[in-house]
Amino acid sequence: MSRLSSGGFIDRSRIVKFSFDGKSYSGHPGDTLASALIANDVKLVGRSFKYHRPRGILTAGSEEPNALVSLRKGARHEPNTRATMVELFDGLEAFPQNVTPSLSFDVMAVNQLISRFIGAGFYYKTFMWPASFWEKLYEPIVRGSAGLGTTPNVPDPDHYEKASAFCDVLVIGAGPTGLMAALTAARSGARVILADEDYLIGGRLNSEKVTIGDRDGAQFSAAVAAELVAMPNVKVMSRTTVFGVYDDSYGAVERVSDHLAVPAPYQPRQRLWRIAAKHTVLAAGAIDRPIVFDGNDRPGIMLAQGVQTYINRFAAAPARRMAFFTSSDGAWVAAFDAADAGVEIAAIVDARRTVADRLLAEARRRNIRTLLGGAVTAAHGSPLKSVDVVADGKRERLAVDGLAMSGGYSPNVQLACHHRGRPQWHPEIGALLATDPPPRMKLAGAANGSYALSACLADGAAQGAEAAVAAGFAAKTVALPRCQDDPVEVQAYWHVKDTAHFAFVDFQTDVSVKDIEIAAKEGFIPVEHLKRYTALGMGADQGKLSNFNGLAIMADITGRSIPEAGTTIYRPPYTPVSMGALTGHHRAKDFRPTRLTPTHFWAKRLGAKFVETGMWLRAQYFPRPGDKDWLATVQREVTAVRSSVGMIDVSTFGKIDLQGPDVGKLLDRVYVNTYSTLPVGKARYGVMLREDGMVMDDGTTAHLSDDHWVMTTTTVNAVKVFSHLEFCLQVLWPDLDVRMASISEQWAQIALAGPNARKVLEKIVDDPAAVANEALPVMGAKEAKLMGGIAGRVFRLSFSGELGFEVAVPARHGEKLAEAMMAAGKEFGITPYGTEALAMMRIEKGHVSGPELNGQTTVADLGLGKMASKKKDYIGRVLFERPDLTDENRLGYVGIVPVDKRNVLRAGTHLMPLGAAVAVANDHGFVSSATQSPTFGHAVGVGFLAGGAKRIGEKMRAYDPLRGGDFEVEICSPYFYDPQGERTRV
Amino acid sequence: MLIPCPYCGARDSHEFTYRGAAVGPRPDPARPDAADAFHDYVYLRDNPAGDNAEYWYHGAGCRSWLKVVRDTTTHEIKSVTGAGGEVKP
Repeated sequence: MSRLSSGGFIDRSRIVKFSFDGKSYSGHPGDTLASALIANDVKLVGRSFKYHRPRGILTAGSEEPNALVSLRKGARHEPNTRATMVELFDGLEAFPQNVTPSLSFDVMAVNQLISRFIGAGFYYKTFMWPASFWEKLYEPIVRGSAGLGTTPNVPDPDHYEKASAFCDVLVIGAGPTGLMAALTAARSGARVILADEDYLIGGRLNSEKVTIGDRDGAQFSAAVAAELVAMPNVKVMSRTTVFGVYDDSYGAVERVSDHLAVPAPYQPRQRLWRIAAKHTVLAAGAIDRPIVFDGNDRPGIMLAQGVQTYINRFAAAPARRMAFFTSSDGAWVAAFDAADAGVEIAAIVDARRTVADRLLAEARRRNIRTLLGGAVTAAHGSPLKSVDVVADGKRERLAVDGLAMSGGYSPNVQLACHHRGRPQWHPEIGALLATDPPPRMKLAGAANGSYALSACLADGAAQGAEAAVAAGFAAKTVALPRCQDDPVEVQAYWHVKDTAHFAFVDFQTDVSVKDIEIAAKEGFIPVEHLKRYTALGMGADQGKLSNFNGLAIMADITGRSIPEAGTTIYRPPYTPVSMGALTGHHRAKDFRPTRLTPTHFWAKRLGAKFVETGMWLRAQYFPRPGDKDWLATVQREVTAVRSSVGMIDVSTFGKIDLQGPDVGKLLDRVYVNTYSTLPVGKARYGVMLREDGMVMDDGTTAHLSDDHWVMTTTTVNAVKVFSHLEFCLQVLWPDLDVRMASISEQWAQIALAGPNARKVLEKIVDDPAAVANEALPVMGAKEAKLMGGIAGRVFRLSFSGELGFEVAVPARHGEKLAEAMMAAGKEFGITPYGTEALAMMRIEKGHVSGPELNGQTTVADLGLGKMASKKKDYIGRVLFERPDLTDENRLGYVGIVPVDKRNVLRAGTHLMPLGAAVAVANDHGFVSSATQSPTFGHAVGVGFLAGGAKRIGEKMRAYDPLRGGDFEVEICSPYFYDPQGERTRV
Repeated sequence: MLIPCPYCGARDSHEFTYRGAAVGPRPDPARPDAADAFHDYVYLRDNPAGDNAEYWYHGAGCRSWLKVVRDTTTHEIKSVTGAGGEVKP
């Protein structure tokens, strides 16, 4: 056991059992999976992506590139979690990834032997030829070796939420800088959100031994966090990663239940936050950079900050005997902490020739050997057994089982680059800093290159105050606590020259120095090319640890400075975000809302089958015992309507209430036909165009009283037509005096159709005389009292081709209306019908619908050209008159019947001249809608044919390769049923 | 993205739908070159990298059509007005 006997922020009174790679271990509450593995002496945690090299834990943070593990089994299985971010819970099962077949023995490690052949650009060079090898050989190889981990193949049982938050000041990162920024802004009265990815507030204060005022770092952060939590204007969000900066908002994910085996009842697994902040302080800290040397990826090699965190925060020693390899003062302090915890320090190797006397004195006091101007040139063993060190020309091998490294700090500027601000090189601290952050974001503390604790506290307080003032608050000064600073000098150091093959730059994508040399040799020199050619920085860590070293090495190779070599920017997300969180509740049936018609439950009681039409759930047909299949049901419904009476809910049509003296004028301008002359008490069918001359929508509009009209639109275009009318009224013709409101949801509307429709209607309206043939003629519209005083509307409209009425009542009476119609129609055998019978009858009747109003048809194409007024302007008129849109050989509306009446006609079937070969050149048109008509006893269809009605009587070949149809059809008028409309007038 | 609606204040862009560049006025259909004028009105659009005047509809709010000047490279919103002058109260 490498658990230290004391210290750390773990609850030693409780034991947490977990397993990794099938073996059982124990840890304590407060541990991460990584710290518990270290405490259990587990050094090997995974295999690398390309070469299957054994890898250990490199860091203690979200930048971890190596320790990617899968968690849990079954539906909650989750690949690619970073062991450094996984809070330990009882019963946690974790598994290594990319191991074939096992972590300790991996056959794919043979890739290391052929590594000289599978370096950068390998895919592009190898899988080029012969082309026939691609599908059978290359693609399976590439797919088989790509990706890490596996996704579960059963649905996620947990749910995810989305939420919004608003604040004056958003502080990202709850280390010393962020705590002071939040405290200062909060005491000034600003609404503050403090977000941190960790579950323990304090950042590096929990990892370093510091004194602030009269408290240690952890006590200080706990006290500030407690004050913040108690303030009503502050929201402290731990376990929350701000992952992206968008336009005027931040994306964040809160891991509500990731630290539990199963979320608590009614709790989500994760919550996606959209945070709108007036001002932001980015206090995300800085992370150690690895040094590139031969074997720098061996298990047992760790970044110095990580070593310090495991020792101080988790009381887990990563090794018994360690060397430190650095060019940064911070690693010396980490070495002192390790030594004080009982780890034997073989040497501190510093690339710098001089370091602060303070550090040398501290090292001497602990009898730690120091090698200045030195380097580690190679590491051996897996796990690590020794390192080769060179200093002052002397080489030696140190027997160690741990090595800590730090080539300086990389400030966490990622979020500051999300608006394309490119970080700039600052040689004085050897780091890239964000100089062009997104609007209203300021960086502070280590994220901005200020590493000393006192500077972080002061910078945080200053930026917190500035943000509060910018948000309109008077800043309250917060007394800065005294503290003693550890030395923080750094010199950027990234590459031990003349290293052999396995000197890794990017641990996650297995990019080595050799790969960068290949890229340079082959001309992929600009940093964006380097990245794509080698996959540098393209892992899930987005190159947090590798981008700088990669571009610095490329700069060395090409003899340029770092600014000349260029820098890359970062994009969201800062760390990977689960698809579940992004999806939230919007999955499966909850992907979008379901709209129910006013008669939905009535139809359900009658056993209706439903169909989704857009968001609506509509009754599709009403099966009865004895119906052979759905087609028999639908044909029975149609026959019932044609012979007696049927009813259907048509509430889903868009309904728009229009009022004002200029409604007629508006309608004249949006419809091709004229409305201003339509008398009160009448309705008219109209077609409206887009300005490009194509048909947009159709429907009927009724004139109810002088200044009052009600328009219907098709179901799918209800929203579009409404906003179109708003555009017309507000932008095109603001002088028109018209008010409008959508009443689609407010009115239930049921169509009654069939020879007995009036007899049913008479029993529902309070005054039967009002619906007599003369009182309510074809296309008549009037307000009427129904079912004992309910104010409704009755329209004499027919979509079926039979005598028809549409009855509208306030939506709350919809079900009552349906019941009343059923009762009144009982003696006539009234039959409820659904959308299938509706469609069947409209095809028999030749009415155009969705498949015909497809956005590519003109009013003339639809056979409705005569409706278009020549006497007035309307939207779309000018462009509708373009020569190509009035060409008489355009696809025009026709009817189609099979010559052999046994054939089934299907929508989508192509129309070709008889005997013509199957070729695009012979494609003259297509069937847009077809049905098995019970009225005619055979298939009837409508569609579009070049030349249109001119070709009525012609025989053609109907070719449907998808469903195997190929037979002769005759072109006819599309108005199959009662073309003169006599049945509607009785 | 927040759009400062003149009637509702700053609102999230999810409440709005985008129509396209704010071209116009609609040409006079009686002018002799009406076909050409309508062709340009319907189809011709600049594609500026920078300020672009656009129509946005506040469909999930006050239902106003707005003319928004937006920098297409930064999404910074430079101005917002009612698209056809003032909306009647």
